[in-house]
Amino acid sequence: MKIVYPKEEACMACRLCEVACITEHSKSKDTLKAYKKENPTPLSRTLVEEIFPGLSVSVMCRHCSDAPCIEACFTSAMHRKPDGRVIVNEPKCVGCWMCIMACPFGVIKRNQYIGEGQGARGKGQEIKIKLSSKCDLCPDRSIPACVEACPNKALAHEER
Amino acid sequence: MKYLIIGNSAAAVGAVEAIRRNDKGNPITIISDEPHHVYSRPLISYLLAGHTKEDKMYYRDENFYKENNVETVFNKRVTGVDTKKKQVILEDKKKIDYDKLLIATGGTPFVPPIKGKDRKNVYTFTKWSDAEEIIKISKKVQKVVVIGAGMIGLKAIEGLNAIGIDVTVVELAPEVLSRALDKDASRIVQRKMEEAGVEVITNNEVVEITGKGNVATGVVLRDKKKIKCDLVIVAIGVIPNTGFIKESGIKINRGIVVDERMETNIKGVYAAGDVVEALNMLTNEKMPIPIWPLAYRQGSIAGDNMSGGTLVYKGGFPMNSIEFPGAPTISLGIIDPRGEGYESLIKNDAKNGNYKRIIIKNERLVGAILVGDDVDRAGILTGLIKEQKPVTAFKDKLLDRNFGFVHMPREHRREKLEKAI
Ligand SMILES: Cc1cc2nc3c(=O)[nH]c(=O)nc-3n(C[C@H](O)[C@H](O)[C@H](O)COP(=O)(O)OP(=O)(O)OC[C@H]3O[C@@H](n4cnc5c(N)ncnc54)[C@H](O)[C@@H]3O)c2cc1C
Repeated sequence: MKIVYPKEEACMACRLCEVACITEHSKSKDTLKAYKKENPTPLSRTLVEEIFPGLSVSVMCRHCSDAPCIEACFTSAMHRKPDGRVIVNEPKCVGCWMCIMACPFGVIKRNQYIGEGQGARGKGQEIKIKLSSKCDLCPDRSIPACVEACPNKALAHEER
Repeated sequence: MKYLIIGNSAAAVGAVEAIRRNDKGNPITIISDEPHHVYSRPLISYLLAGHTKEDKMYYRDENFYKENNVETVFNKRVTGVDTKKKQVILEDKKKIDYDKLLIATGGTPFVPPIKGKDRKNVYTFTKWSDAEEIIKISKKVQKVVVIGAGMIGLKAIEGLNAIGIDVTVVELAPEVLSRALDKDASRIVQRKMEEAGVEVITNNEVVEITGKGNVATGVVLRDKKKIKCDLVIVAIGVIPNTGFIKESGIKINRGIVVDERMETNIKGVYAAGDVVEALNMLTNEKMPIPIWPLAYRQGSIAGDNMSGGTLVYKGGFPMNSIEFPGAPTISLGIIDPRGEGYESLIKNDAKNGNYKRIIIKNERLVGAILVGDDVDRAGILTGLIKEQKPVTAFKDKLLDRNFGFVHMPREHRREKLEKAI
């Protein structure tokens, strides 16, 4: 299947992939609003690793064919779509971080915020929501946002 | 060909899904002594806390059995296996035939012979019904004594704490989570527990559960201290649930003994999950490692071999992710190195609730303990432990919060990031 592959020679650590990812996974799809106004603050599902100067690479989910995160997930929130993508079913996720422990790429993020939930004290209570977030390959787009945003073709959306 | 599975949890689902990859047609029967559609045991503490709801307890959706052509026999306990006649015997004496059998009966809570342990409001905490009963009476409960501060004890405490019930935990070891963490890491977790109002008593044990008639009203500790309570939860640990096969000829050591195809000493009888002792790839010993991911994997390997496949189990190692609110912890592999040749790298920032310890042997990563924000990329370490390749080239970077692929040799990084996995 087509996933996003990084090319470190072409990466200059500008982090526009992270900005694009945050915007794409925001409610407003507006970069500034996503950064400044939204609760929860959307998280980037790709991470630019860097040793300054000279070495950087953007790392995100590999959608592994034998995915350790799926096996580790006891809620079945982490699951595979028929098209091959590994996706978090967010309402099912309880934020136990088993997937974070299992993912050999370290690309699943702890997403934690105060929001309205159904805590023990009843509906509509402000509680701490915990869930895992990761690359979903931008289901609403033909080319993932990070790939499109990269000014230097350091990310490729292809099948290998 | 008739497949029969005793148990209806992680290992059973792994087996069903593997069998159906190889064999779409032959019937599968699942027997369970619980009444539920397959659900997730680790979720019971979230249910107790109110952090998940009944409809989210299920591990597979409601069509699972139908889609996989599985017949279910629920609410029936298996009391014996006749491996000569290839029959499983139920509590009502009914017999069910099989050609291939999988024993996936998991663990059963260990309750030591404490005086008063049979009183009515003394619970264990491993099943949906345990959580349900505790929830039902929780409005009338003000104070609970939890015996054992291991993984399951902590989960119970977290659930009780979330709904405002006062908890005292009594632990025999000097620290909480002593099987998953080291002293310094445990201290951080214990502090968070105490900040949340939990009373933690270590280096002590409950010698008697006292009460009026059938009802427990308190406990007595080894040092004679008395604690009043409305409920006791015994959470000392789980042991492989093998009682019903004692006479079957199936070999049991610490758990059911299996080969790398998850087959027991009796041909056609397989076992997987918390009930077995399987290979710990780091110590080369066979031992029960009662965690969800390994139960699923072993079930899957058993199912594959039952239906003509040839997958083998390459071993696993203990790992767990446990969060007491404010203190997420991840523990991987060997965390209490004994003997020669181990090296530990440690970064202790207890003040801010962060701790990271890396354990190396023969240039290979064999264990790690992470508390606080250091859990974030823990999986990279899990991957390195699984691979058992030398880490010497980037050893000095392993403790960094942002340790990652850029610190690894270029070839290794490209192999990982630029190829399909
Ligand atoms: C509170 C709690 C929290 C946990 N948290 C985590 C966690 O965070 N991460 C993690 O990795 N693991 C966790 N675990 C462990 C995890 O739940 C187990 O490793 C996993 O459930 C093992 O699956 P299994 O299929 O081997 O057996 P089990 O889940 O134990 O299931 C056994 C099945 O066999 C059936 N059965 C047993 N005996 C009989 C009989 N005689 N007749 C008929 N049916 C029988 C039972 O009804 C059940 O369906 C937790 C466990 C508990 C209790």
